[in-house]
Amino acid sequence: MQEWHEIIIPSTPQGRRQAEAEIMTRAQELGFSQEATFSIKLALEEAVTNAIKHGNHFDKTKKVLILYCCNHKNFTLTVRDEGEGFDPEKVPDPTAPENIRLPYGRGIMLMNAYMDRIEFSPKGNEVTMVKENR
Amino acid sequence: MTEAGGSQGRLAVTQKSGVHVVHFLDRKILDESNIVELSDELFDLVEKNRGIKMCLNFGNVQYLSSTVLGKLITLNTRINEDKGRLVLCAIRPQILEVFKITKLTKLFDIVDDEATALSHFN
Repeated sequence: MQEWHEIIIPSTPQGRRQAEAEIMTRAQELGFSQEATFSIKLALEEAVTNAIKHGNHFDKTKKVLILYCCNHKNFTLTVRDEGEGFDPEKVPDPTAPENIRLPYGRGIMLMNAYMDRIEFSPKGNEVTMVKENR
Repeated sequence: MTEAGGSQGRLAVTQKSGVHVVHFLDRKILDESNIVELSDELFDLVEKNRGIKMCLNFGNVQYLSSTVLGKLITLNTRINEDKGRLVLCAIRPQILEVFKITKLTKLFDIVDDEATALSHFN
């Protein structure tokens, strides 16, 4: 049975950096490819940024919970904030002609593109993503 | 011909034949604080040089986030408003893929290298 690791960070860039350093070190120790570590880093950045900005609204008293579970084949990440949640189905398509010039709204698209599986909790304040090591 | 050069906090700016060539000094453009700083520097350059011809060289950049994409879109819009032009170049394949996935290759002028970018302004 795989072990889950827990990181709880404040809603600050310093907190995100700390979590990212731990997770990237673990991915590299497990021999994840450069392509896979790029994907994990990008998806983690987008998920934690969304949690801090849209979930916790930069409230430093609110925390972001990051759980990860990994082996040589798969890296699973869960990011949870203390926000109200949202419906990811209602996020506009940033590639649609009417949205292509908007300077926001691409984070979830990148998470979907770079990770092999991604799932939001029913409330929408938690996302779980899996990257396979190929 | 190099006309002038200089380094601001997070950017190195050189003028070549009337084109402002901008290199990012950070390899990872992720942190909100870094992004705000470099965005301020880029927009300051645009405000001081109306109608600017700008070549953004990504050769040093290994990572960026969707927040940076948003700043680049706003920068491109601002430059176009003043009848200037922005060309992006030397983007690593993994970073270029980010532009392709988000279909921003349709919005930006993206070329392989700096020499090609400079020729685009002539």
